[in-house]
Amino acid sequence: MLFLQQLVNALMLGSVYVTVAVAFTLTIGILNFLNFTIPTLFMLAGMLGWALSSWGLPFGLGGPIHWLPAIMLGILAAIIVSLIVERFTFRYLKTKYGDSTEHAIPLVSSLGFLLIVENLVRIAYGTEGRRFEGPDADLTLHVGGILVRVPQLVSLLITVLIVLGLTQLLKRSRIGRGLRAIAENPDAANVLGVDTAKIVPVVFMLTGVLCGLAGALFAVNYGEVSPMMGEDVGAKAIAGMVIGGLGSIWGAVLGGLVVGFLELMTVHFIGADTVQVVVWGALLLMLIVKPSGLLGHNSIGKGKL
Amino acid sequence: MSGYMAGIISILAINVIFAYGIFLSVASGQLNLGGAGFQALGAYAAAMISANYDLPLFAAMLAGMVIAGLIGVALAFPILRTKGVYLVLATFAFAEVVAGVIINTEFLGGAMGLSVPGYVDWQPPAIAAVLVCLFVFYLMSTRFGLAMRAIHDDEDVSDLMGVSIRNVKVVAFGVGAALAGLSGAFYAFSFGFVEVQSFNALVSIYVLLYVLLGGTQTPWGPLVGAAFFTLLPELLRELLPAITQGVANIFGATADVAPPDESWRFVILGVLAVVMMAVRPEGVVTRTMVERLRFRRNRNKTLEEVAQ
Repeated sequence: MLFLQQLVNALMLGSVYVTVAVAFTLTIGILNFLNFTIPTLFMLAGMLGWALSSWGLPFGLGGPIHWLPAIMLGILAAIIVSLIVERFTFRYLKTKYGDSTEHAIPLVSSLGFLLIVENLVRIAYGTEGRRFEGPDADLTLHVGGILVRVPQLVSLLITVLIVLGLTQLLKRSRIGRGLRAIAENPDAANVLGVDTAKIVPVVFMLTGVLCGLAGALFAVNYGEVSPMMGEDVGAKAIAGMVIGGLGSIWGAVLGGLVVGFLELMTVHFIGADTVQVVVWGALLLMLIVKPSGLLGHNSIGKGKL
Repeated sequence: MSGYMAGIISILAINVIFAYGIFLSVASGQLNLGGAGFQALGAYAAAMISANYDLPLFAAMLAGMVIAGLIGVALAFPILRTKGVYLVLATFAFAEVVAGVIINTEFLGGAMGLSVPGYVDWQPPAIAAVLVCLFVFYLMSTRFGLAMRAIHDDEDVSDLMGVSIRNVKVVAFGVGAALAGLSGAFYAFSFGFVEVQSFNALVSIYVLLYVLLGGTQTPWGPLVGAAFFTLLPELLRELLPAITQGVANIFGATADVAPPDESWRFVILGVLAVVMMAVRPEGVVTRTMVERLRFRRNRNKTLEEVAQ
């Protein structure tokens, strides 16, 4: 029973990692770009949600969803920043010489954005953690002796819906076909009439949506936000993505859940301090033994935009 | 020399050595985002050795450097099979594992940190930085340096031309790790205290940015990058209040001058990274720039003089 409870907890914890890991894997799979702004977008949504709600949004209106408008604006901000990032990391950056570190150019500018956004948030709001007044976290369900928190259950459902929607979008829609074509071969896609300049921002918009949503879910579930919250979750999401396989959405889902499970098992059996070693060790081992991950394939990194 | 200046020179020397360590792997086409891990290895190894054995500081530092280098080589074999994004992730993960292991190891001080017996003033790191600088300049002018540049520019072609890709990469990565370890050893003895938090992921990011923004084509790049970004905050600390004060004086008011926030320095670094990648992704100092400067110097001489 204890094991089952841990499994349920891992599922709940993992759902935040899954959302962020899907954002990572989407940009890597389609654009071959490790987007380091993802953890800051996650953090930005949470921090802005807190800042706006402590500033007075929605202006005295009470009720059980008084926190909703603020966190929605936080998500919107994440999307806007993500589009700004696209403007400056991807649009200008065409390969000029084709040397082996050139794929790093967007990566380096995304590191630049990470520094900018994170430090601006620190300047504006300080470095300490803040309490986010979300819904009542004590709202729980008992299913056959297992404790389930309702907000976490809702988050898990939202995560599942988002991932399902995303796979359907990639599979069926015109945009999705374009994105898959770019992932396979950007030059050929361009020749065959995929407007890359118009379709690439879609990836960044989706990234913003996923990260903003994950940040909102995190703030609502754990009731605390801080300028550092992106680092920890971002790290675990990267680990989840690698374990599942770069570029594979279902791989990211599986990997995120595996990382959530690993984390809880480590806390349970060894101690909270060793989580970092276990998660990153699993990542390093995966990269050495089977770089393509559990569900990935080897084609990632071949196509370049 | 004032303590303030001595401190700046120490930090500058440490950053220059560190930047050259990362430069060696980046110049051979491998993006290394695990610099802080190697620096931590060097710092902790040197600190532990000088605390437990009766060795001169010099030997402890050398040991720290060698240990970091050996671990670098041992790591290089498995992870250099990976490329691109995978390599970035692997080096990043390595640094996190090092930090995680140190935090959980009792005799390394855990999260509390470790106080280091022994102290070096600004002269040893400065001398070491000059030596490292000369060494890298020499290395890049040898056949080995040429092979590194060739791999950086096009790995497949250099393979066809008979360059032993794997050996060159492993050696470059290992020597780079050793230099990063040396910078860590100097860090430990300059500050007298090491803790994991000073070797976090952001440190790896900063040093990689120093190298990439300085330029990876010539050994001038990391020197320029590290010097600029180490001295910039010091200049800002002096200049910004002075400017604010000057403006205030002109308008006949006394401004309430606060020193610029540490965070602003990183915002500036971030903005420069974004702008540079958009405008001049090859870095400030490029090969053609160095050649052109050399040419200028020779312009007033006759052809025979240049030929000599």
